Amino acid sequence: MSPRCDRARFEVEMVTILDRLYGAALRLAKNPADAEDLVAESVAKAWASLDSLEDPERFQGWIFRILTNTFIGECRKRGTVSLDKPAREEEDFSLFERLHQPMLLWWGNPEQEFLNKLLREDLRSALEGLPEVFRVVVVLSELEGFSYQEIADMLEIPIGTVRSRLARGRSLLQQAVWHHSEAGQVGAAKAGVGGDR
Amino acid sequence: MIDRPVINCETALQQLADYLNRELEPAEHDAVEQHVRLCHACFSRAEFERLLKERLTDLGREEAPARVQARIRKILGDGRWSQS
Repeated sequence: MSPRCDRARFEVEMVTILDRLYGAALRLAKNPADAEDLVAESVAKAWASLDSLEDPERFQGWIFRILTNTFIGECRKRGTVSLDKPAREEEDFSLFERLHQPMLLWWGNPEQEFLNKLLREDLRSALEGLPEVFRVVVVLSELEGFSYQEIADMLEIPIGTVRSRLARGRSLLQQAVWHHSEAGQVGAAKAGVGGDR
Repeated sequence: MIDRPVINCETALQQLADYLNRELEPAEHDAVEQHVRLCHACFSRAEFERLLKERLTDLGREEAPARVQARIRKILGDGRWSQS
């Protein structure tokens, strides 16, 4: 059996993971002040319950679990947990299908052009606009690279729910990016693909 | 002999997200990979989703401000923790 995590190891793990933890917190909390509070509160909880981490090899999953549960708890406290779907939601929205033009195969690549012009801020805004229930799963999977099983364990939900929330989150995110571009905020990429279809 | 995809476009696209997230069983993963290699339309779609995923991953890359590091040092109770 692996030795329990001691203070020295906790410090080493924290140094290694702090930027990632803050990056996830920032995308969840959506502003630096709340992200700092979220990280500090999560680290304080982790430090106070260090004995509950039986296998130090699982430190990353353990600390991210504390972070996400702290975030969800805070949302519930504030009454801001949102399960609502945006008013304009379309099922299985695909940005690629909106952009792709087979006839342009040899003359251009509008979807690539769109991605090139897509600003980090546009994507950030789309991500932060997702309802919390989807944003948490997208952050853990797409930004942090956790497996579906690890996310299911962290959030204590079935793996099928992880998969469906991720699919819905991805669809909503692509839809938000598209609507953002319709408002003319993603450069002129769309102008080159003939507008909405 | 001409290599033919063992799965059709519909199946490949249904499994594309799990393929990119490396969540498929090895045989399923190989089938999607083979399809994407042979089908130009699905290759374009897979490339688009992969690049978008990369852009999304990039959103998680942040540097924790010194204030956060100071708060953690305080939580741990002394000045031994450093960000070397």
